[in-house]
Amino acid sequence: MSPVSNIKTLKIDGKDFSARQDETILEVARQNKIFIPTLCDLRGLSTVGACRMCLVEIKGTAKLLPACVTRVEEGMEVTTTSERLDRYRKSILELLFTERNHICSVCVSNAHCELQSLAQRLQITHVHFPYRYPKAQVDGSHPRFVIDQNRCILCTRCVRVCEEIEGAHTWDVMGRGIDANVITDLNQPWGSSETCTGCGKCVHVCPTGALFEKGRSVAEMLKRRNFLPYLTLMREERD
Amino acid sequence: MSKLRLATVWLDGCSGCHMSFLDIDDALITLLERVDLVYSPLVDTKVFPEEVDITLVEGAVSSEEDLRKIRMVREHSKILVSLGDCAVTANVPSMRNPFGVTAVCERAYRENVKLDPGIPDQVVPKLLDRVRPIHEVVPVDVFVPGCPPSASVIQYVLMELIDGRRPELSTRTRFGA
Repeated sequence: MSPVSNIKTLKIDGKDFSARQDETILEVARQNKIFIPTLCDLRGLSTVGACRMCLVEIKGTAKLLPACVTRVEEGMEVTTTSERLDRYRKSILELLFTERNHICSVCVSNAHCELQSLAQRLQITHVHFPYRYPKAQVDGSHPRFVIDQNRCILCTRCVRVCEEIEGAHTWDVMGRGIDANVITDLNQPWGSSETCTGCGKCVHVCPTGALFEKGRSVAEMLKRRNFLPYLTLMREERD
Repeated sequence: MSKLRLATVWLDGCSGCHMSFLDIDDALITLLERVDLVYSPLVDTKVFPEEVDITLVEGAVSSEEDLRKIRMVREHSKILVSLGDCAVTANVPSMRNPFGVTAVCERAYRENVKLDPGIPDQVVPKLLDRVRPIHEVVPVDVFVPGCPPSASVIQYVLMELIDGRRPELSTRTRFGA
């Protein structure tokens, strides 16, 4: 009997790579400096494959697969850049811009926003789809933080960090499809939440200006994310 | 070599894009060696000319007058440039869209007015239900995001277009820049 190898070899964009069998395509790509765009993914949090920015082509499969949740397989041939992928990624990003009211010029996260910078990186200079202009709520009832639904892209980083790292589970998602929203506790004002510890982790993992600190004006909200991998590591060592 | 004919148009915007255009400073002289500025809020011509080579449009389409104007401008322009976030995304003017035009007019002309409150029905152009970016109304050839696009970006765009090239903008500017 030959021992089962836990190392897989695969091709990404024509180059050979080896990876542990529990690694995802995205992890292998990042280790090897291959850029795959992401929005919902954040190192230190679980992966959900919500934003679909990291879609890649895999030879033999007609479907596009999200690199963040697809594990490597022996002999896999992955393509991370193509005209088709570019078209899909741009469409997804443009739809995110139309879904809520992202007015970059007056946003607290202007110049520090992952949605904005990714749009620039993917060379989006305008949005082809009609904007929806929904009426979205701003909740400033928390003493230190604000949630502006106009800027939310439903990446669920806030939901995950609150549950997985802080252990409070104040945030969750309510509604389906276009009616989906992140909520605090039982869809009540954030300031009245009994579970929120006020730690601010949700604010700092948020990729856009949806969550920010009170008193920040246009382009003033800088997010600090470096704490996350350390906290995750310390938890793992304690366990 | 005959000069190209340049126009600039101001719809629903703050004039910041035009200020940024003026900010190219001494390059204006170089520019005017290559183009004639045939129509603009910066010059005195009242009627948009029959034939324009390059038209820069600042601002979103907010009123019936904007709509009439942009359709006319499109008809007489070879290259139409959406200049700045208001033209490209509808930007700040679009912030009234979620509320609806009736509520916005009530607020502006009645609730916050002490002297002779009432919604104007003459002279001031009627507002459209929704503020829209230019390309939702007429075809646009070049998109220059930015609030406002910097003077150097505007200068670059104009010089590229004058030389018959297509400006490459994604590395130079972005929404909100």
